[in-house]
Amino acid sequence: MSSDWTKEISGCGLAGLISRSGAKICGEVPIRAIANLRERGNGLGGGFAGYGIYPAYSSHYALHVMYYRDAAIDQTEDFLRGRFAIEKRETIPTRPTEGISDPPRLRRYFALPHRTTGDPSGDPDAVMSAVMHVNEDIDGAYVFSSGRNMGAFKAVGFAEDVGRFYRLDEYEGYTWTAHGRFPTNTEAWWGGAHPFCLLDYSVVHNGEISSYGINRRYLEQYGYKCTLQTDTEVMVYLLDLLIRRHGLTIETACEALAPRFWKTIDRPDLDPDEREVLTALRITYASAMVNGPFAILFAHSRGLVGFNDRIKLRPMVAAEKGDMLYIASEEAAIRVMCDSPDRVWTPQAGHPVVGWLDESVVN
Amino acid sequence: MRIATKSNVSNEFRQVVDHDRCIRCKRCVMGCGFNALEFTDRVVPGPEPCVACHFCTTHCPQGCIEIERNPHARREHDVWSVAQQKRILRQAETGGVLLSAMGNDRPWGVLWDNLLLDACQVTNPSIDPLREPMELRTYLGRKPERVEVEYGPDGKRRLKTKLAPQLEIRTPIIFAGMSLGSISLNAQKSLAMAAKQVGALWNTGEGGLHADLRDYADCAIVQCASGRFGVHERYLKDSAAVEIKIGQGAKPGIGGHLPGRKVSADIAGTRMIPAGSDALSPAPHHDIYSIEDLRQLIYALKEATEYQKPVGVKIAAVHNVAAIASGIVRAGADYVYLDGFRGGTGAAPTVVRDHIGIPVEIALAVVDERLRREGIRHEASIICAGGIRCSADVAKAIALGADAVAIGTAALIAFGCHVCQQCHTGNCSWGITSQRPELARRLDPGVRSEMAANLLRAWTEELKEILGALGVNAVESLRGSRDRLRGINLTREMLDPLGVKHVGE
Repeated sequence: MSSDWTKEISGCGLAGLISRSGAKICGEVPIRAIANLRERGNGLGGGFAGYGIYPAYSSHYALHVMYYRDAAIDQTEDFLRGRFAIEKRETIPTRPTEGISDPPRLRRYFALPHRTTGDPSGDPDAVMSAVMHVNEDIDGAYVFSSGRNMGAFKAVGFAEDVGRFYRLDEYEGYTWTAHGRFPTNTEAWWGGAHPFCLLDYSVVHNGEISSYGINRRYLEQYGYKCTLQTDTEVMVYLLDLLIRRHGLTIETACEALAPRFWKTIDRPDLDPDEREVLTALRITYASAMVNGPFAILFAHSRGLVGFNDRIKLRPMVAAEKGDMLYIASEEAAIRVMCDSPDRVWTPQAGHPVVGWLDESVVN
Repeated sequence: MRIATKSNVSNEFRQVVDHDRCIRCKRCVMGCGFNALEFTDRVVPGPEPCVACHFCTTHCPQGCIEIERNPHARREHDVWSVAQQKRILRQAETGGVLLSAMGNDRPWGVLWDNLLLDACQVTNPSIDPLREPMELRTYLGRKPERVEVEYGPDGKRRLKTKLAPQLEIRTPIIFAGMSLGSISLNAQKSLAMAAKQVGALWNTGEGGLHADLRDYADCAIVQCASGRFGVHERYLKDSAAVEIKIGQGAKPGIGGHLPGRKVSADIAGTRMIPAGSDALSPAPHHDIYSIEDLRQLIYALKEATEYQKPVGVKIAAVHNVAAIASGIVRAGADYVYLDGFRGGTGAAPTVVRDHIGIPVEIALAVVDERLRREGIRHEASIICAGGIRCSADVAKAIALGADAVAIGTAALIAFGCHVCQQCHTGNCSWGITSQRPELARRLDPGVRSEMAANLLRAWTEELKEILGALGVNAVESLRGSRDRLRGINLTREMLDPLGVKHVGE
């Protein structure tokens, strides 16, 4: 039995935005937002996820890999070549930045999995299993981003320095999330920074998952291996399991992860069909319930979700202006991105704020 | 051949009466179910030995009777302890199997006492259960692997997945199976009333459902054991759930025997056997000699209850319990009830009670892990029983993976039981395990049910405090969350099957 339950504990700042019309936003915008939440981090980790950033390779899986051992590079690339047709392989562009030191080797691959059946619907599972294999079995190699037309960028340092290190001002995307980290008990390493990604899902997280132990054991039954020593990882895998593999809508998946209290479900004025759904979700996904303080930004190729624990133990504010939706730990970060929002509100505990990309823009 | 009518084994206890303060009310003499006191010109020890049930001391209006250990000193010997010597002598006198009651009393150690719970400090906040909701509601039964929802043309969502029948309990604690026969009707009624009051469940044991308790059938787990006592259509259909009892932690592999002298008209009627006849439960079910036979009985009971009731299987925790439980789940059981070697009994051979089985802590941990590894954990709930003493034990059991725990002895102690371990004699002064009408009627279900209900309420409140300290507001976030436990003074060989780290790790 695995007894490796080490997990990271952290406080944090979050900021995210989406243009629902699919307008491209410069990576400098989330950098400025998260810079304004510098107080919430301690310089031991920062990161970003951008969507729509690789239009030239939009149908390829963009694998971002960090290597802590040179030997791991050949080993990983041999493995990847066995599983993927690699369209392009390159070093992730960076610039020397004060405050960012000792980077691992950073490479990215635009690749398509070899198809044995010719059916592209099997691709996500093939990619997921390859990512799990590298992360679990190749010492010193970590795939930290594996979606299409999206990418995660993370490092040890203050978030704004991380953004500049990765030259995010040279990217444009329709959705961005950003994270500044305040870890308290693990040694800082690049893989431990947020976001955590699987396929096109990325999560940045402020909080600590007090139910980590059972969430992890639940996920292990479905082949998810928690290798990155962080509880945020389970959030990504839970979303992947419930949405992609179990076919729940994002809203329903959020209701499974932060379920309504029984007193709400029991309310006599609740629609009986609705009660049946909520009850079934709670008892079926009991081990998937995420308990403890959290605020997360969950981004995917079709939208952005902001989402709090059931009793709102971590802050989260949202704002809208035109087609733009902004979500952040503090309003201060939103005001940097948008000085006169049409509406600013504090989302209710456990109720997701969902921003969808317009149907016309998707694909 | 029985050598002596009166045993030469020295008494363990003796009564000391302060005759100056005694008012000669004889309440102690009348109260003693064991004939251990009599009145000559004053209260003196009776013909039978005192068992230290403390009924007399509890009820003496003057407080002038005390029980003390018989000081009859013997030379110490670590191998040939006094208890061992007495067992040998008793067997030499009777040529028989020694009987005991209640749970294993040997100092094997209690692993709950080697496990410590976690709490939150700073990085994740603890939660105040007096200010915030703290949810303990639990559902027992088979769960689907995933939920399917369909959306109507009106955009409303409806549940597409058909859920198996579930047992809803307000707190993850239920009462263990104790048959009418092993305990009195008043004791059973007290459990039933308490269960109904607090939204828990009681369990008929294998003795059927007495007519007076029909109003409590909807919160009863009804057992179908090897003797098939009291099993009929209404018994199954009116229940909350049906439980196939394969084994009992106190006597794994052993059947039951309620002697004919205890089979009163009441018990006979409930068990559907002639009054005065011995009620024998065979060691195995005579229609279950393999796992596929168990599957047939599970589905026979599901058919009989029209798939409206969960059907569970109770087994004793034995060495190979993980594989056995896996088979039981695959055979279709909706829950597995694990009874550890400390589980209680109304009567069991002492040698079996004290030496067979394994601790439920280990059994629970290996069963939960095995079912997870096989991807079938959701197909059945796990109920853990056998020596659950307090809310901390409950919390630790849940953290190891139990969906709920069952308590037997703790409930009897709430009724006044002093754990004198003489249930098998039928002389319980407290009226808990005796069928003698003059003793059984002492137990007032109105009062005792309230005490049992209070016990569940108190443990529930304590569980809320524990969950709050752990920073979670629902019991499902503790269930199976073994990283919230640490072992103390345990070897690797113990920590590994428990799946917990040592303190400091």
